[in-house]
Amino acid sequence: MKNFKFILGVGVFAAASFFFLSADHIDAPAVQGGTSDITDFYAFQGEDSNNLVFVANVQGLLSPSATASASFDENVMIEFNIDNTGDNVEDLVIQAIPRDGKMYFFGPVAPGTTGLSSTVIGSGPQTVVDITAYGSTPVVQTTAGISAFAGPRDDPFFFDFAQYSAIIGGTASGFNNPGSDTFAGTNVMSIVIEVPKSMIGGSGTINTWVESKSKS
Amino acid sequence: MKNLKNIFTVLLITLVAFNCSNDDDAGPNSPTGPDFTGTYTQKDQMGRPAVNTVFVSSGSKDSFNTTIPSNQNAAFQAMFEANLTGLSPAYANPGDQNALGLDAPTFTGLLATDVLNVSLDGTTTFYDGTNVLTGRALADDVITVELLLIFGGEDFSENPTLSNDNVDANDKSFSTSFPYLASPW
Repeated sequence: MKNFKFILGVGVFAAASFFFLSADHIDAPAVQGGTSDITDFYAFQGEDSNNLVFVANVQGLLSPSATASASFDENVMIEFNIDNTGDNVEDLVIQAIPRDGKMYFFGPVAPGTTGLSSTVIGSGPQTVVDITAYGSTPVVQTTAGISAFAGPRDDPFFFDFAQYSAIIGGTASGFNNPGSDTFAGTNVMSIVIEVPKSMIGGSGTINTWVESKSKS
Repeated sequence: MKNLKNIFTVLLITLVAFNCSNDDDAGPNSPTGPDFTGTYTQKDQMGRPAVNTVFVSSGSKDSFNTTIPSNQNAAFQAMFEANLTGLSPAYANPGDQNALGLDAPTFTGLLATDVLNVSLDGTTTFYDGTNVLTGRALADDVITVELLLIFGGEDFSENPTLSNDNVDANDKSFSTSFPYLASPW
């Protein structure tokens, strides 16, 4: 019985390690598996090279059968932070909050206060888009040069995380070739917003990061 | 003429009044729209991929997520350097660098401030062989880039079985048009 318990313990530990996933998927105890768990962040030039695109993904490793019932949490704000003065403090934010089947975007706009607490800033651009249902064509809203999308997407991240875990755990000495994408066939809840570069600094380099914040 | 003036005044007032009420409706505290009042408190944050997962020790991961980027270097650089050297012991040799010419203190100094640097002037990529840290595109093989910088040594030739996971692309193609990400499975 003691042996069995020990084996069970190892199994649970191995499972926990396996699900300690990157890029930022399930990265920390306070957020893992919850609606505020950011899985990934991308920022790249748009199809129109005058625009920049921000992508935040949350709620990783959704199976196809779990995706239809997955939803954004109305108590969670996703906030894109933009520093365009080189001090790693946000000068502009884009806030996204869901309400009743729609995603509301506020910004780019200067935050009320920088740092760990935010209130919604309604004085800047506002963009509202219907959240796309699982299996439907993406709903895109473009208002005053800003385009917005929210809904389930294929997880764009790819990594042989299982083999990485085996290497870190000491049970493998290297990666396989070919490797196996641990994230293949899984979905995320995705928020995509494309804004004119002129709204976030115009030229030069920005520093950007994404935060999830929950209503207290 | 006087009548015309009056009509203009009425029109102007109407316009101003309409604009005012329109502003109110659109605001976060609208009496008729959704309620967005309240304070939102930080839970998770992310700049570059896999940083918290790889470089932050297990007991500090929540703390890393709630430390503002401008304070992260002072709070976490030493931990990052210890964990980097633990993963890739060659970094402990004096003068050892990665292919970007960064030694362990410099490389972890860059990573500990977890923001994504993005160019507004052209190509945006994590690394494409030419451009370095000018953004992150969907198709960028960020994990192999990070493995190369951790394990690959000065010229990407060291530890070949550790510096590439041999998963080089996503399992679905991306679109060139908004919203860019592929449809869900």
